[in-house]
Amino acid sequence: MPDTSSFPLARDPQIRPVQIRARGWGWRHAGRHSPAVSGLDLQIEPGERVLLLGASGAGKSTLVHALAGVLGDAEDGDETGSLLVDGRRAAEARGRVGLVLQDPDSQVVLARVGDDVAFGCENLAVPRVEIWPRVRQALAEVGLGLPLDHPTSSLSGGQKQRLALAGVLAMQPGLLLLDEPTANLDPGGVIDVRDAVVRSLDHSGATFVVIEHRVDVWQDVVDRVIVLDPSGGVLADGATREILSSQGARLAQAGVWVPALPPRFPIRHPISRPQALLRAEGLAVGRVPFGRRTASVVADAITLDVRAGTATVVTGPNGSGKSTLALTLAGLLAPAGGTLRASERFAAGISPQPHRWRSKQLLTRIGTVFQDPEHQFLAATVRDDLLIGPRALGLSHAEQTSRVDDLMHRLRLDHLADANPFTLSGGEKRRMSVATVLATRPGLLVLDEPTFGQDSRTWQELVTLLAELLDEGTALVAVTHDAQFVAALADEEYRLGLPDPIRLAAGAQ
Amino acid sequence: MSLLTPTIRPSVVARLNPVSKLAVALIVSCALLLSIDWVSAGVALLLEAVLLTWSGLSARAFWLRTAPLWIAAPMASVTTILYGEDSGALLWHFGFITVTEGSAQLGLAIGLRVLAIGLPGIVLLATTDPTDLADGLAQVLRLPSRFVLGGLAGLRLVGMFIEDWHSLNLARRARGVGDGGGMRGAAQRFFGPAFALLVISVRRGSKLATAMEARGFGSDEPRTWARPSQVRAADVVLVAIGFSIAGIAIGVAVWAGTWSFILA
Repeated sequence: MPDTSSFPLARDPQIRPVQIRARGWGWRHAGRHSPAVSGLDLQIEPGERVLLLGASGAGKSTLVHALAGVLGDAEDGDETGSLLVDGRRAAEARGRVGLVLQDPDSQVVLARVGDDVAFGCENLAVPRVEIWPRVRQALAEVGLGLPLDHPTSSLSGGQKQRLALAGVLAMQPGLLLLDEPTANLDPGGVIDVRDAVVRSLDHSGATFVVIEHRVDVWQDVVDRVIVLDPSGGVLADGATREILSSQGARLAQAGVWVPALPPRFPIRHPISRPQALLRAEGLAVGRVPFGRRTASVVADAITLDVRAGTATVVTGPNGSGKSTLALTLAGLLAPAGGTLRASERFAAGISPQPHRWRSKQLLTRIGTVFQDPEHQFLAATVRDDLLIGPRALGLSHAEQTSRVDDLMHRLRLDHLADANPFTLSGGEKRRMSVATVLATRPGLLVLDEPTFGQDSRTWQELVTLLAELLDEGTALVAVTHDAQFVAALADEEYRLGLPDPIRLAAGAQ
Repeated sequence: MSLLTPTIRPSVVARLNPVSKLAVALIVSCALLLSIDWVSAGVALLLEAVLLTWSGLSARAFWLRTAPLWIAAPMASVTTILYGEDSGALLWHFGFITVTEGSAQLGLAIGLRVLAIGLPGIVLLATTDPTDLADGLAQVLRLPSRFVLGGLAGLRLVGMFIEDWHSLNLARRARGVGDGGGMRGAAQRFFGPAFALLVISVRRGSKLATAMEARGFGSDEPRTWARPSQVRAADVVLVAIGFSIAGIAIGVAVWAGTWSFILA
């Protein structure tokens, strides 16, 4: 346990850090057979900074939601044992606890930056004269130097997370809880949010609990790691370095990104003489805004070849048009200028312009994996959804079944065949969205941020699978922020804003 | 500019409390719903037109926003003139279409009414920030804050619908069900994504509700308001003007003998 007196003294005297105590605590969500958390005994002292780890389904989020008092009442689930925040039931410790969640978009409450930060203070009945100084200070702490009437809708993901943090800090909580706050952010956004958290903790001295499977982001910030056991209770608890070395292998197995145990890069067997499938020359990409007729161009002068068995990654800052380029290469958006032509062999008898292809003609040529897997789910069960592509192709019944069974096995979805795709976990949804596309065996695979927010196990499986597809001759275009993904797979990198693709030696190692 | 942060030009009307604007729109509407005659609607419309000059709307913005009214009013009017209840002298006759003095008057009355009731509402929306309206509803009218702020936060999700709809349709094309299938296919292409959009929106809504709850929203404890919503002298004057418009419109119609109380 760390010595709390060693913290810097320049503190806000009004904020009293919170003590957490769990005694045999458990929670079973209404309608579920087994409890999400059970038999938890835990004590966190005021001012401690804790990283909460555990396999997916170990109940990390449930614990954090319970501490924040947003788990609901007896109608929403059954509680056992006790979970106390400063000696009171967590649900009654209103205003002592602040929680920041994973999804940046669903945490913005109001339309203007200042109003949004003030929202929590208003709910706690902070007098008006006190609210606005708190709002300004919170915004300064998280480094959002924006006018108070700046529209929240124009913020980037990282800015939205810092806004959510400011909204919580303005409430001056004694306990700050973060539930995977950076999983949906690009690398720059991750560091900004982390630094904002550290700055505010140094100022407030509040107790801190963060859930995050990317350990490297937080390992130097926290002084204690608690690993929850999926079968109940605590698996390991202690100083950060000690736990990471003693439990590292086990955690990595459970999908946690342990810095000392990076995922393995697959060994590639490049195909000989890869042929170009698509050629973009002076291509301009853009979307047609709602209610307009002409596209507004977000990126132009793009010249590149997409080759069989070759992985091309598209990188660049947020808003540079990466996703729009991917959707255009995928034949889903019409080019806003320049040309995009499919080779004769790839088009196989139809128009050389992919955006003119019919929906069914795309199936065997280009498969697209969307950034949000939920957007591409069509049926009520995993199996039915996977069957849609093969059925549209008019394959024989036996062929349909064998393809789908094979894919479900390969992507560890067998046990979920009858589950609704919307009820899957994040990693399962990602695997499922890749499976739907592979079911029709397209010659080109376009992926938009395929590894976003994935745990290390899903990451490893995905990269291994993609390497196999590349070796079989499938072409790959992936939009990504993930440097490890680029290092593991990319043959060529197209950085938006630069004139030519960069050839990489990667994948071929 | 967006749904929730519209660009509102500073003007006399824009500075007024949204609740008083809402009151005026309601007062005038209620008065005009009591009778169907062209004089009361015409007088109200004329007086409103004078008020509109303080709204700060540019000519372009004004015509763009009120365009639906300028289409709806003549249509309602013409339909009534052609097919409305006939009375008085026959003016024109073609097949089963008859235009009489009575139906012409009724048509005019309906057209003017659509304009006179619609204009204040549209000007209210065009000169009001939704956040300010919510502040007014909760602080001035004392509507439950849970209801008002919940609605305001929910409005924000509407903007995301368009983005989601676009992605859902692209995803359908990518998955081989984006075209073909005739009428049945077209229906599936509308209802499929519409259902998915519903599912995605409900989930977003519940996440938003959790985030709001985590910031202390939704308890029965009293809350404060960072932005005061005050009723000033100008607002009292505006509401008085609203009553005057209603009174003058009814008065002139009674004096002209066209007033016909619908409940009588």
